Amino acid sequence: MVNYYVRRTARVFVTIFGVMSLTFGLIRLLPGGPFTQLRVQLQRQGVPAEQVNEQIANLQNVRPDAPLWQQYIDYMISAAQLDLGTSIQYSEPVAAVVAEAAPWTIFVVVMSTILMFAIGIVLGAVQAYWEGSKFDTITSSLSIVGMSIPFYVAAILLLLFVSYRWGLLPASGTANPNIENHWSLDYAISVLRYGALPILSYTIVGIGGQALAMRGNSIQVLGEDFVEVARLRGLSDGRIALRYVARNAILPMYTGFLLLLGFRLGGTVILEQIFNYPGLGLYLLDAVNSNDYPMMMGTFLVITVALVIGVYIADLTYSLIDPRISSGDSSEAY
Amino acid sequence: MIPVKHTESDSPTEGLDWQSESTGTDMTRGDRLREFYERSIYEPAIVAWADLRTRVGLLLLTVYLAIAGVSVLGLWREPSTSQAPRLIGMFENWSYPLGTTSSGVDLTAELVHATPDILLMVLAGGVWATGLAVIVGTLAGYKGGRVDNVLMSISDFFMAIPGLPLVIILAITFSPENPIFVGVILTINYWAGLGRSLRSQVLTIREDSYVEASRTMGTGTFRILRKDVIPNLMPYVTVNFVFAARYTIFASVGLYFLGVLPYSDPTWGVTLARAQENGALFVPEAAHWLIAPMIFIVGLALALILMGQGLDRVFNPRVRTRMAGESESTAEGDETTTKGMI
Repeated sequence: MVNYYVRRTARVFVTIFGVMSLTFGLIRLLPGGPFTQLRVQLQRQGVPAEQVNEQIANLQNVRPDAPLWQQYIDYMISAAQLDLGTSIQYSEPVAAVVAEAAPWTIFVVVMSTILMFAIGIVLGAVQAYWEGSKFDTITSSLSIVGMSIPFYVAAILLLLFVSYRWGLLPASGTANPNIENHWSLDYAISVLRYGALPILSYTIVGIGGQALAMRGNSIQVLGEDFVEVARLRGLSDGRIALRYVARNAILPMYTGFLLLLGFRLGGTVILEQIFNYPGLGLYLLDAVNSNDYPMMMGTFLVITVALVIGVYIADLTYSLIDPRISSGDSSEAY
Repeated sequence: MIPVKHTESDSPTEGLDWQSESTGTDMTRGDRLREFYERSIYEPAIVAWADLRTRVGLLLLTVYLAIAGVSVLGLWREPSTSQAPRLIGMFENWSYPLGTTSSGVDLTAELVHATPDILLMVLAGGVWATGLAVIVGTLAGYKGGRVDNVLMSISDFFMAIPGLPLVIILAITFSPENPIFVGVILTINYWAGLGRSLRSQVLTIREDSYVEASRTMGTGTFRILRKDVIPNLMPYVTVNFVFAARYTIFASVGLYFLGVLPYSDPTWGVTLARAQENGALFVPEAAHWLIAPMIFIVGLALALILMGQGLDRVFNPRVRTRMAGESESTAEGDETTTKGMI
């Protein structure tokens, strides 16, 4: 049992280490080789040649004239100390920019994911109980339509109608900039109002898939023997529905949840661009468009670490719910 | 759920069935072809056609193939600026059914001529993602031990990287223009999750008696995988192929929309981005500019999902046997059990 947690925790660090190495490698892959573009840019700004290397070293924590292994070690050590270099376009530490942006992205992703799962699970369970009814048919059809709409299409449509045509909700930003006090109720309401559309567009297109998955699982569980036995034992319908059916139907959706988290965190690049919502995704895109390599790698690294930690938490809670997970993964070799 | 379907290596039921060579010569090629046709094409086609979703999905997909055909054969004009009056709405002028842009480009032309590339991209993405997942998943699940550990560690690593940001960085690194290459890049880490779930399916299949029989006969790993394991995974793989294809459309349109993928001819995502840049969100007369590419995107995704749902039924053994008229009673019985719960 303890062994499992230790191994799982170790894997988090190994993965983060791997991703850090990957970003180091990617910087070298980028067009123009390492820092060529930046060097030209600095020289054009009239920076003397001997200062250019020094400036680059300050920006990315890497001395361009050092051998590759030295560069790698320097990069890894400073990244481990949360020093992600300096943004070229903002002339600010990347870590500071990221720290400001990350909460907004996490807010949108977590809120929409919770909403999507809650609504999807309830809807799917109701459908399974009323299998074959008119409600089931209509909801299933709507779910299929929902699955074929990408979230950015939903986002653009919501923006078009709710913000521009009807003027109900703001179209961009994270909160009303005129509110000074960040701990007031007004501010909280404005955060919700500004976040409503991004969260909504992420939620509505995801519900369908979850509802269909929950419906399928529930129908399968309803046919199992232990449900029959529970009914024969005279347990109440509510108890059967929650303890026996819902629990066993939700468990298989957990793995899907892990993958989904990755897609949703990555998708913020598009979502935040549409709503001009300054989270990690918007900064990443911004950095890509202006060749701000330290910024680009910093945001990429932080999005990945957020995903790794999210999956880690989900894995740990999963093993609490389903005892089979931590006990055995013995697969003998053929 | 895995339908237990007899595979080629254990299907002959009469005579010395373990001597697969001799039974092979007993059947003429014509018989084999006929049986293959009955089993793999005729019966599934009947089941599939009975499902409304497959019919609609197939119809939609045919429409897209027809559109691609129109483009390849050059039956519709090429898009160019000032070829039409500006900002005609949808269905206002039948020479330009979907309307025109603010620079006088025929939207129909722009969207139609992007279709062949998108279909190629979607096919490439789907084949790459599912193909790699099948190889990794079956090998890891069947071999177990160290092979399993190594392959699953690699998949876990890829699963830990959020897809789109990685694709964006790869896109600016390689500047892919070939649609097939774009499709592969877009699904660069999509296979990992699918490979993992395939592995867990293989873990149950590899204990089945016919797999064990093949193993005791000394059949090679790859032959067992090809003949015994993969056929049983086909339903799951087919459905997931559809999902991978859908992901490829979504990702491709999204990244063209962001402007991180290079292009020579505008694709659906580029059309969408240009519409947004030109204020189609505020100008009511330009709204059709946004709606038209959306119809193309959602329509293709819908076609794929309907096909996937229909195919899921085809591979569901309960439905198959009911169609063959073998065990009507079991199927009925199952339905009453679920109904009885209410």
